[in-house]
Amino acid sequence: MSHEYIPEIAIDREGNEHEVQGWQDDFYGGKLGFWLFMLTEVMMFGAMFLALAYYNTLHPEDYFNASASLNRVLGGINTVILLVSALTMGLGLLKMRTGDVKGAKLMIWATIILATAFLIIKGFEWKAEYNHGVFLLHDKLLVGPGTLPFGQKLFFGMYFTMTGLHGLHIIIGIGLMIWLLKRINAGKVSTEHHILHWNIALYWDIVHLIWVFVFPYYYMIGAAGGTGGH
Amino acid sequence: MNKTYFDETHCAFGHPKSTFMQWMLTIDHKRIDLMYAAVMFTFFFVAVFVALTMRIELFAPGSQIMDGDTFNQAFTLHGVLMIFLFIIPGIPAIFGNIVMPIMIGAKDVSFPRLNWATFWLYIVGCLVALASLFIGEGVADTGWTFYAPYSLNTDTNVIMALTAAFLLGFASILTGLNFLVTIHRLRAPGMTFFKMPLFVWGIYATAWIQLLATPVVGITLILAILEKYLGIGIFDPSKGGDPVLFQHLFWIYSHPAVYLMILPAFGIMSEIIPTFSRKEIFGYRTIALSSASIAGIGYLVWGHHLFTSGMSDIAKTVFSFLTFFVAVPTGVKFYDWVATMYQGKIVLSTPMLWGLGTIIMFAIGGLTGVTITMIGVDIHLQDTYYSVAHFHYAILSGVVWLMFAGMHYWFPMITGKMYSESKAKISFYIQFVGVNLLWFPMLIAGWYGMPRRYFDYLPQFEIYHQIAFVGAILTIGGMVYMFWIFYKGWTKGEKVGPNPWNATTLEWHMPYSPPPLENHTKVPYVDFDPYEYHQGEPVVKFDYETMKRID
Repeated sequence: MSHEYIPEIAIDREGNEHEVQGWQDDFYGGKLGFWLFMLTEVMMFGAMFLALAYYNTLHPEDYFNASASLNRVLGGINTVILLVSALTMGLGLLKMRTGDVKGAKLMIWATIILATAFLIIKGFEWKAEYNHGVFLLHDKLLVGPGTLPFGQKLFFGMYFTMTGLHGLHIIIGIGLMIWLLKRINAGKVSTEHHILHWNIALYWDIVHLIWVFVFPYYYMIGAAGGTGGH
Repeated sequence: MNKTYFDETHCAFGHPKSTFMQWMLTIDHKRIDLMYAAVMFTFFFVAVFVALTMRIELFAPGSQIMDGDTFNQAFTLHGVLMIFLFIIPGIPAIFGNIVMPIMIGAKDVSFPRLNWATFWLYIVGCLVALASLFIGEGVADTGWTFYAPYSLNTDTNVIMALTAAFLLGFASILTGLNFLVTIHRLRAPGMTFFKMPLFVWGIYATAWIQLLATPVVGITLILAILEKYLGIGIFDPSKGGDPVLFQHLFWIYSHPAVYLMILPAFGIMSEIIPTFSRKEIFGYRTIALSSASIAGIGYLVWGHHLFTSGMSDIAKTVFSFLTFFVAVPTGVKFYDWVATMYQGKIVLSTPMLWGLGTIIMFAIGGLTGVTITMIGVDIHLQDTYYSVAHFHYAILSGVVWLMFAGMHYWFPMITGKMYSESKAKISFYIQFVGVNLLWFPMLIAGWYGMPRRYFDYLPQFEIYHQIAFVGAILTIGGMVYMFWIFYKGWTKGEKVGPNPWNATTLEWHMPYSPPPLENHTKVPYVDFDPYEYHQGEPVVKFDYETMKRID
């Protein structure tokens, strides 16, 4: 809402005045709403972790071997990239709040570049797996002789689902950040009205936090027996 | 002439001249509510009609008007429409939208534009569900639960039904989120949580379930879609997957979903009982907190849907115990309502009749539920007409009836007119007889072993099906008559003031009726309890110009 919102006053029986919170200009409400929305993301990924952990208890050996075959170097680099991107995002928000709009924009650009780098590296990883015949609807994940054992099939099925869904969140995040830059340029997001920036930073935090759980569960459980990649 | 919300509105963007576009773009919670109601009751009657065709088919043993495959599609369509399009979004989207913001003294919900977008997301979900009727092999034939692995092998449009359910679930999440923020942020000054009307408590507990449980079924449906098209094998035994996992993930949501249906309905009951007993509600806090605890415990009982699906004995025992446990806060509510009526000045208006009818009927629905919580009994009764009758006693003559009660109760506030009370009472009695004739024979047939979802049966069950058919005709006739009375009331009914029922909560303290665009003229200061009566008269009175107390 661009126009100035003046809160209404309610008066009690003693004549005291009480400011009324309207739906307009409700910074705290906007934050609360987005926190609640992020809770749904946690529940969604939580359900997938539940399925993942359940099959892990049924096939611990297969999980170990499948995990060992993942590329820990690329996965590790990606983890670092995402952690740094969370830092740049947070710094951008701090700069916005202190009035340094130019610095904030720079930090958002840095986050976009890091997010893109994450996607490219992830693409290389998927390509390597594809070349080994481990991919959705491909040789080793089908039914029949020569395919992977049950546990590994389930592991990779969940691996592609969860990293894919996480990648989708990264792409959405990049889109949101570009939109945020446009809004900043249009003067709609400023030091006084930065709820959009705040919420997108929160979104990015959730996205990197999910990866912080995805990485150890997929890459590290087989680290002891692994070769560090194909 | 006072300007009501029918005369002016705020729009999501721009301000189109045409009335039609103003309705399409409206962000006013009251108009959005009416559009939800129109769409939902359309689908409700479609689903009722589908159910009637099944009743005709079952009138005699053997095939009457359809074959077995069509019958499978019919009960799936009935379930999908009723559950996902009507009853899950139902009371929150209709009454939560229109009544809740007014009850807490707000001008609108916290995110009015999101509310508008949510409505259209709901419409998209409905269209996808409808489209599955006409594309390819037709509507899914799996039952509304979409159990794997059959749902992943059938040629019917299961995927479209799953997509529709996902979109509708998303709409449900956003509605819940909007309401949670509204209740937390926009209560009038002075209104603490324990000064809120109990319907708001019901909506609040419901919104938490919508928010926390729906994502789980959302991802389950996505996993099923990925399984079908990308072969991830998570529910497919030929790849090591476990179909029972689908049932777990599905019911983790879908069991809380029945509490999601009933909690706002109980909220309506908690409004109606004190109003028509002209008495402060008994045990306000226990009712408020029992809503919250039903929402909490309801999360932990999903396993009772899997007693015959393969689960360890310990798990069965635990789930059985927890299911008994969830009946306790429900019982607390019932005793509170009955205690409220004790020594009250009971006015038998139509909303109160529906409320009292529900107390009787939900007692049957609830207690038959307690019998099938017992593991041994459940093994005998699972997948029989007994479960079908239990479910419909609880949902049709519990949730839907309380929805009808709410429609009668808030009708004068929403339209400014009054329907014919005497005719509305007749429609209640017709439906009361009809619903009992429809479902009670099924309890008996189920007890003797009539399985559900069969399109043919042994001759000894014929009498039960034929009585049920008569009940179905009465029920549907009563419903149609009821909507006809509403229509007459809206077009030709006599105008009534803002508070025809002598009720106490804030939605009855509007300056005029139907209410203006931004609700109350001024936001009141709330320093009173929601249901204050003294010797049968409301205690709190307002000057509607300044919204100051004048009692």
